[in-house]
Amino acid sequence: MASKTITLRVFRGDDKGGELVEYKVETFENMVVLDAIHKIQAEQDSSLACRWNCKAAKCGSCSAEIDGKPALMCKTQVHDCAGDSITVTPLRTFPLVKDLVTDVSWNYRMAAKIPPLTPTKETAGKPFNMQQIDVDRVQEFRKCIECFLCQNVCHILRDHERTDAFFGPRQMVRIASLEMHPMDSLNRREQLKGEAGVGFCNITKCCTEVCPESIHITDNAIIPLKERVVDDYYDPVRKGLIAIGLIKKRNKAPLSSVPNDLTKIIS
Amino acid sequence: MAVQTSPPAAAAGSQKAPVVKRTDNWWGGTLFFFIVFSAFGAWATFRAFQNGFYETAGASQFGGAYYLSPLYSPTLRLSTKIAGFNISPALFILPFPLCFRLSCYYYRKMLYRAYGADPLGCAIAEPEPLASMRRKKYKGEKYFPLVVQNFHRYAFFAAAIFIIMLWKDTIESFFFKSGDSMHFGMGLGSIVFLTNVVLLSCYTFSCHSWRHFVGGNADCYSCSVLNQTKHGLWKKVSFINEKHGTFAMASLISVALTDVYVFLVTSGHFHDIRFF
Ligand code: SF4
Ligand code: SF4
Ligand code: FES
Repeated sequence: MASKTITLRVFRGDDKGGELVEYKVETFENMVVLDAIHKIQAEQDSSLACRWNCKAAKCGSCSAEIDGKPALMCKTQVHDCAGDSITVTPLRTFPLVKDLVTDVSWNYRMAAKIPPLTPTKETAGKPFNMQQIDVDRVQEFRKCIECFLCQNVCHILRDHERTDAFFGPRQMVRIASLEMHPMDSLNRREQLKGEAGVGFCNITKCCTEVCPESIHITDNAIIPLKERVVDDYYDPVRKGLIAIGLIKKRNKAPLSSVPNDLTKIIS
Repeated sequence: MAVQTSPPAAAAGSQKAPVVKRTDNWWGGTLFFFIVFSAFGAWATFRAFQNGFYETAGASQFGGAYYLSPLYSPTLRLSTKIAGFNISPALFILPFPLCFRLSCYYYRKMLYRAYGADPLGCAIAEPEPLASMRRKKYKGEKYFPLVVQNFHRYAFFAAAIFIIMLWKDTIESFFFKSGDSMHFGMGLGSIVFLTNVVLLSCYTFSCHSWRHFVGGNADCYSCSVLNQTKHGLWKKVSFINEKHGTFAMASLISVALTDVYVFLVTSGHFHDIRFF
C-alpha cells in the first residue's frame, strides 16, 4: 500500500488538564498506531509519553483509546481506522500520569486482595497431575495479559466510579480461574458476593468486546461465578435439598482462614 | 491547531482523559433490539388482551388443522371473570416466558443497554441526567430490585415445561381432521410451528443457568464418573450457549410470526396452504 500522510490527534497533558494535539505522520505498510506514536516521538516531539514493551500484543502495556474505542495501540492497524485522522487518548478510567500514560496501580491493589491458589493441607506440596478436561476450562483465563482494557471500559468503574465496591472484570477472570480449579480449597463465593462485588456487573459485555485476548469474560467467567453465588446465597430450593441431605454441601475453607500476609498490599 | 478539551482552571489532580466520540457503528445492534423488542411487546400485549383468534381447533373452515398460538398455549379452559370482564387465558400463561426472557442473561444485557442506557454502548458516556444520578450510587444487580435476577434458574425450569407443551402443539399441527378421522399431514402452519419450537428449544436449552446446572457447577471434572458425565453435558450446552443471543432474538421473532400466522388464518385473512 502506498504511504500517505495522516493526522494523529494525541492527548497531551496530565491530571491538571490537557488538550488534543495534532501531528502529521507519514504511514507505511502494516503500520500500527503504536508505530505512529513512536514516529512522533522520534521525529517531532520526544517528550510525548507512552507505555509499551512488546509490540506483539502480549505485554498489555500499550492500552489506549483509539477513536474513542479502548484498544491496544500495537494491535490496531492505522489502515483499519476510518478516515485520515486518528484520535488517541489515554485510558479514561484511571488517573492520568502524563500524555498516554495512566496510573493503573488500583488494579494491582485489587488483585492483591484475591488469595492465591490454596490446596488443602493434605494435598499441598504433593505432586498433582491436572487432567486435560480440567485444564481446558481454566486455560482460557490464563491468556489474560493484564492490559486492563476491560477494567477501563466497564461502566461500573468508568462511569459509576464504583472502584470502592467492584474488583472489575479482570479480577473476575482471575477469581474464576481459582474458583474452578480442582485443587483449590477456599470458599471464594464469600469474597465474590462481598468485597469483589460480582453482583454489580450487569453483564452488558463491554469487557468481552474489548478483550484483545478474546477471553469470553462475561460468558465464561462472570456468569458462571454469578451462578455459583446464586447456589450459595439465592437458591432456597438448593438450601432445602442440602438440609434434608439430598445434595452435598461444598466443603470449602472460609476466607478468614487465609493468613493476612497473603493478601496484604505490598507497596 | 490544538483543541482545548478541559478547562485549564480545573482543580489540579482531578482531570480525566477527554471523552472521544466513537466513530464506528456501536449503536446498530442496540437500536435493532430496541425496535424488535418494543414491537414484540406491543403486539403481544394486544394479542394477550384480545382473547380470540388463537386456535383453529380442527374446524373444517381451516382444513381441519390444529393450530394453537404459542401465546395461548397450553389451552386453559378457564372462564375467569373479574368485575364482569373475561380474563384472557394468555394473561395466566405469558408471565412465565416473560420472566424467563426478562431475567435471561442475554436479554439483561440488551435491556440494560437499550432501555436503561446502562451503558448505552461501550465507552459511550451515559446520558445526563442519568450519568450524574448514578455516579458513585450505582447498585447493579447486587441490591433490590435487580437482585431478583438471581432467580433466573427458576424461570428457566418454568420455561422448560412450556417447551414440552409447545412440542405437543407442534406434533398436533401435523394432524388434520377430516370428517370423524384424523390423519397425518403438513400445512404451511405445521412448518411454521416446527421452526418456532426448534428455535425456542435452542434458546431455552442454551440458557446460562442450565449450563451451570448440568455441569458448570463442578470444580473437578476428572474426579468422578458423575463429573465426567457432567463435563460431557456441559460441553454440549456450552456449544449452543455461544449462540444464545442469536437464538434469543430468532425465537422472539419466530414466536411473534407464529402468532401472526395463527391470527391471519383464524381471522380469515389467509388460507393455510396444505401440502398433503
Ligand atoms: S459485563 Fe460486567 S464486568 Fe463486563 S463491562 Fe459489563 S458490567 Fe463490567
Ligand atoms: S481479561 Fe482481556 S481485556 Fe481484561 S486485562 Fe485480561 S487480556 Fe486485558
Ligand atoms: S506493546 Fe505489548 S501489548 Fe502493545
